[in-house]
Amino acid sequence: MPNNIQLDSNGNLRHFLTVEGLKRQTLTEILDLAESFITVDAQSVKKVPLLRGKTIANLFFEASTRTRTTFELAAKRLSADVLNINIQTSATTKGESLLDMLHNLEAMHCDMFVVRHADSGAAHFIARHVAPHVSVVNAGDGRHAHPTQGMLDMFTIRRHKGPDFGRLRVAIVGDIMHSRVARSQIHALNILGVGELRAIAPKTLVPPEAEALGVHVFHDMARGLKDVDVVIMLRLQRERMQGALIPSGSEFFQLYGLSADTLALAKPDAIVMHPGPINRGIEIDSAVADGGQSVILEQVSNGIAVRMAVMSMCLGRAPEAAGEGS
Amino acid sequence: MTTQPDIEQTLSAMAAGLRDTLAARGIGNPCMVGIHTGGVWVARRLHALLGLDEPLGTLDISFYRDDFSRIGVHPQVKPSNLPFDVEGRHIVLVDDVLYTGRTIRAALNEIFDYGRPASVMLAVLVERGGRELPIQADVAGLQMDLEADQQVKLTGPDNLALTIQSHAE
Repeated sequence: MPNNIQLDSNGNLRHFLTVEGLKRQTLTEILDLAESFITVDAQSVKKVPLLRGKTIANLFFEASTRTRTTFELAAKRLSADVLNINIQTSATTKGESLLDMLHNLEAMHCDMFVVRHADSGAAHFIARHVAPHVSVVNAGDGRHAHPTQGMLDMFTIRRHKGPDFGRLRVAIVGDIMHSRVARSQIHALNILGVGELRAIAPKTLVPPEAEALGVHVFHDMARGLKDVDVVIMLRLQRERMQGALIPSGSEFFQLYGLSADTLALAKPDAIVMHPGPINRGIEIDSAVADGGQSVILEQVSNGIAVRMAVMSMCLGRAPEAAGEGS
Repeated sequence: MTTQPDIEQTLSAMAAGLRDTLAARGIGNPCMVGIHTGGVWVARRLHALLGLDEPLGTLDISFYRDDFSRIGVHPQVKPSNLPFDVEGRHIVLVDDVLYTGRTIRAALNEIFDYGRPASVMLAVLVERGGRELPIQADVAGLQMDLEADQQVKLTGPDNLALTIQSHAE
C-alpha cells in the first residue's frame, strides 16, 4: 500500500498527502471535526489553544495566495506558530539541497510542514524523509493531489446537501486533465459513496484514467448537467498546457463555460463550486459566479475549518503503540 | 453498591440552591451554560426548573483540554453554542461531575474567548474529592466519597441515572 505512509501504527493520520486510499471513516472524521471548528468563528477571540507551542512551516515552492493564507489562518486559529518560508529567496537558490533545508527546519523544532510544489509526488518525497515527530500536509503537488481542497469541497457539499452522498449526482466541468483538485475530488467522492460522478470536458482535457475511476464522461453540457445536484467548475490551467488542447478561450466558454442558461440545465437547487482562482468569462460567467447558487466564497471560509481539522488530527496523535489512552 | 440517589429530588434541591445563591448575589437574569455531554443534560433540567429567559448555552471543551498532546483530539467533538453575548453577563456553568477540576478550567478558558463575563458560578450534580486545581462548586447536588479507581458516570438524556464503575484490574 503506497499510502500507508500517511497513517501511524494506530491507523491515525500522521501525514495528509492524498485522499486516495483513506477510509470513509477517516474522511467523515475530518468533516465532523471541521464542523465543530466552524463555531470558533463565533468567538470574539477566534482561537482555540489546541496547537499552542507547535510550530508549522509553510513551504510554498509554487505561488499561491488563497491556499497559503487559509493554511496560515487555520494554524493561527489553533494557536500554532507559523513560519512562511519564501522559497524564492531562501537558501535553495544558493545551492542548498531541499533535504538540507528540511533538516534545518527540523533542527528548529518544527512540528509540521505544509508543502506546495509544482512536481507530483513532492509531498510524499518530503514525508518519507522527515524526522518521526514531523507531519507533512500536501497543499498541492503538480497534477497529483490537493487533498485539503478536495475535503473542503466535500465539506461544502455536505453542508448544503446533507451527509448522504449516495443521493447526489455531481458533475466536474472543464480542465480535469491538469487538475490535482479534480483528482482529489474524484477520490473523495468515490470514498464517500457518491451516487453518480460525471466529468464534462473536451476529449483533450479528460485524463485517460477517468472512466476507470467510475466517472461518467460527457462531452457536452446539455446532457452532462441534466439532473445534477452539484456543479464543480475548474480553472482552465493554461500555464500547464503544452500544445493546442483547446481552440480559444471564447470558444471554450461557448462549449463548456457556465452561464445562467447552461446552469438552468442542472437541478434548480444545484450549487455551483469553483476552487479558484476564477477566470471570469473563460469557464464561468460573472453572473453565475456571484449568483445565488454560487458557494464559491463559502468554499474559502470552509477551507479554514477543514485545514484546522486536518492539522489537529495529524498533530494530535496518541503516542505510537501506546495502546489505550487515559 | 450504594442505593441509587433520587436524581429528580437532587435536581429540585439544586434549583432551589441556585435560586438562593443568585438572589443573594442580586443576579436577576443569568445565562446558563452546560458542558457536553452530561452537563448539558443537567443544565437542560435546571434551566427548565428555574424558568430562565436566556436560551441555554452548550460548551464542548475538547479544544481546550490540557491533555491534547497525550491523547489527541476527540473524534466526536460537538459544536459549542453560546446563543447570547457573554460580555458583562452572569454565567451559571453546569457540569455533571466535579472531580479534578480540569474540565472546569478548560470551560472557563473557552468562555473567556467569547467575551468577559461579569461573573461565573459553578453548579454540579456530583461533587467528589480529588481536586487538582483550586476550583470549587457554588451549588452541588450530591457529595460522593469514591476511590481513585472508581468512575461515576451520568447516563441520559432521558431518565438521568448515575452509575459507578470500578477500573481496578
